[in-house]
Amino acid sequence: MSSAAFAFIAILTLAAAIAAASLSKLIHAALSLAVAFVGVAAFYFLLGAEFVGLVQVFIYVGAVAVLIVFTILLTRRDAVTSERFNWAGIVAALAIFGGLIWAIYQTPAISIIAAPIEPLTVRRIGQVLMLDYVWPLQCVGLVLTAALIGALILVMEEKR
Amino acid sequence: MTPTLQLFLTISAALFSIGLVAALSRRHAIFILIGIEMMLAAANLNFIAFWRFGPNPQQPTGVMVAIFSIAIAAAEAAVGLALVIAIYRHFRTTNVDQLNQLKG
Repeated sequence: MSSAAFAFIAILTLAAAIAAASLSKLIHAALSLAVAFVGVAAFYFLLGAEFVGLVQVFIYVGAVAVLIVFTILLTRRDAVTSERFNWAGIVAALAIFGGLIWAIYQTPAISIIAAPIEPLTVRRIGQVLMLDYVWPLQCVGLVLTAALIGALILVMEEKR
Repeated sequence: MTPTLQLFLTISAALFSIGLVAALSRRHAIFILIGIEMMLAAANLNFIAFWRFGPNPQQPTGVMVAIFSIAIAAAEAAVGLALVIAIYRHFRTTNVDQLNQLKG
């Protein structure tokens, strides 16, 4: 885990996240969000969770970002709205950030570096997913099916 | 010097705060969804960081929680964007300040 790679990914991720939160054009914000998700996936690779990094790229960059772009295209007519900026939100977020930073740096037990581990193989993940976590897996499948059917019902044309 | 757990938690806290700014101070519904997705990604990053730096990284518990959390986040994004489209069809706007029909 090299610190140069860490610094590079951190700057990329946070810059893309700030761009996604502050750009005025929606489509630019959505594409910046995709870049930020790629940065988070790079963090997963850095931490040795390659499978989660790949899942992150497939689902967030491949599916969620494209879904957001399609929604922007479907609701295009007011894509550029002049909006007044709400400073209360920034103050609240800064307060929460300060509190989190204070808590993180007040805890000496977490200033540790990672112990070396054997790489987590996809075979191992598949075994654990199919043996120990089989009921959560079925429940997540049920939730996803229900959510997608619900989304379809929501966007069906209203009968007049 | 290799990165410590504190650095990963700092990045995650920053990502969460940026998502909170997007969710609280933007008036467009899609920006609010973008902020929520960013906060969920920050939570996942915390799960993976605590798994990797924890006392027992041979057990892939944190990885499993992160995978399930990503699946739930995908479902949330689908339903949220469907709601945005339904609201846009009904009110012809996605500005949450103008959606005040239930305001007393």
